[in-house]
Amino acid sequence: MINYLKLILLGVVAIFSLIAANYARDAAYMVHAIIIFLVTAGLFLWTLRQTDEPVPAKVLETSYLDGVVRYGVIATAFWGVVGFAAGTFIAAQLAFPVLNFDWAQGYMNFGRLRPLHTSAVIFAFGGNALIATSFYVVQRTSAARLWGGNLAWFVFWGYNLFIVLAATGYLLGGTQSKEYAEPEWYVDLWLTIVWLAYLAVFVGTIVKRKEPHIYVANWFYLSFIITVAMLHVFNNLSIPVSIWGSKSVQVFSGVQDAMTQWWYGHNAVGFFLTAGFLGMMYYFVPKQAERPVFSYKLSIVHFWALIFIYIWAGPHHLHYTALPDWASTLGMVFSIVLWMPSWGGMINGLMTLSGAWDKLRTDPIMRMLVISVGFYGMSTFEGPMMSIRAVNSLSHYTDWTIGHVHSGALGWNGMITFGALYFLTPKLWNRERLYSLSLVSWHFWLATIGIVLYAASMWVTGIMEGLMWREVDANGFLVNSFADTVSAKFPMYVVRALGGGLYITGSIIMCYNLWMTVKRAPAVEASAAAAHATPAE
Amino acid sequence: MDPELYNTLRHFADSWGLLAMFVFFLGVIVWALRPGSRKTHEDVANIPFRNEDKPIAPHKADPAQD
Repeated sequence: MINYLKLILLGVVAIFSLIAANYARDAAYMVHAIIIFLVTAGLFLWTLRQTDEPVPAKVLETSYLDGVVRYGVIATAFWGVVGFAAGTFIAAQLAFPVLNFDWAQGYMNFGRLRPLHTSAVIFAFGGNALIATSFYVVQRTSAARLWGGNLAWFVFWGYNLFIVLAATGYLLGGTQSKEYAEPEWYVDLWLTIVWLAYLAVFVGTIVKRKEPHIYVANWFYLSFIITVAMLHVFNNLSIPVSIWGSKSVQVFSGVQDAMTQWWYGHNAVGFFLTAGFLGMMYYFVPKQAERPVFSYKLSIVHFWALIFIYIWAGPHHLHYTALPDWASTLGMVFSIVLWMPSWGGMINGLMTLSGAWDKLRTDPIMRMLVISVGFYGMSTFEGPMMSIRAVNSLSHYTDWTIGHVHSGALGWNGMITFGALYFLTPKLWNRERLYSLSLVSWHFWLATIGIVLYAASMWVTGIMEGLMWREVDANGFLVNSFADTVSAKFPMYVVRALGGGLYITGSIIMCYNLWMTVKRAPAVEASAAAAHATPAE
Repeated sequence: MDPELYNTLRHFADSWGLLAMFVFFLGVIVWALRPGSRKTHEDVANIPFRNEDKPIAPHKADPAQD
């Protein structure tokens, strides 16, 4: 019966999207309408072929739903490589402008590719990693199968459709020009639906948990899901100009719009890239170290302190603007206070290894997780420092900001995701171990050296251009033109692109290693059967 | 929008709202550090090391929780 409703819905959407493609006012909207038509028409046929067929036996509650986690692991690795490749390419474009090819003007120049890169790494790579690991972790720590049957599959495919719509939209110029919130109104509406489904699956699983206590990792994941839903809705309040076009007009204007944007932007960092990934830390670090978290009490205080403070830190993005002084001071003070819970969490993660420090020498996955927590500590020290108004007057609008973001993103988010992927792949595909630990070591060192080159070159070029911009001669005239700073930055830009190249090389090695783990590493069953056979003799 | 609404909300946010959140936060710390919580926390910190391969079956779990 439900299939008939699905068929009606899919058919209506498919026909509507064809009409929309016909009346489309801009290229991004037309391409999106065609993509949505292809997806819904394909789903229509697929559903039709299954309708009135014998229904497979209902899945028992005696196993975990891991298929969607496996797909999430593959999507994370895939989008990671795509996002890193886009980043390395635009880094090269900044060093060598000739790479903004004439034949691709308006599609593949820096301005179009840059949001593609940021969204690919944050939302495609990071988002898939968060969805996959949260589904894995919430099942294990609740001792319950995912709630909602196939709803988890809807979340996975729906989220990846969102990513495809976002990425194609950017290349064709469909953007509302809000940082990390570029997708236009209909893509935002779709993400809202998917995100509410995600919330339902996650909360539903927690509600039917068999463990009486909700493990701390789930607190972090849940705060990430709820807060991102709230941020997304408020920052994307806009009115479409036409239902047949991608352009929309923001409801807020002026400094209110700017404040809403950076309330969103900073909490995207705070809840998407921090709280969600801390959920990963609180599960995968103890699992890989084979010992419980250092202090569970500290983890509770860490959670509440982090979410109470992070939400206020956004105004530090708007120092020396039309934003009232009290608001920017508030943002600055809370950013500095935030240092404490951040380091509390870092200490909790690192000290989990106390008594097992030898694993750092023997286990490259552990090394990856630990350096990720180390980078977390480093960038959560750097961030509060840069939020101080006096420091910000030097660092803002310079490459220092870019360096800061990347030590967090490549170091903290990237490394902990790699660690989680190395942990998950053997488990999910039932392998005894990874294909090669020495390849993990290669990945570790390539990525680490890549980040060091990236961050160090951006510090140098950022502080240099900040000082050059403010340099005045004895008569009070500016000494340097903008172009002077651009040409002075060239060597550092080359080093940065090189760092990115090392980082993506490491991630390609990871993909090969994970692939070979699934294909070649010995399966668990064989050895388990052998172990059982021994006492039977 | 009514400018008085802004003022009302603003004054609520920097007085009672702030106090309520701060008291809640202190309550969390006291609750986390309460006497006798050590045993509970040692137990729950080990949750990741249980039920790795399959969920607790419904018919088994209910008597176990009592």
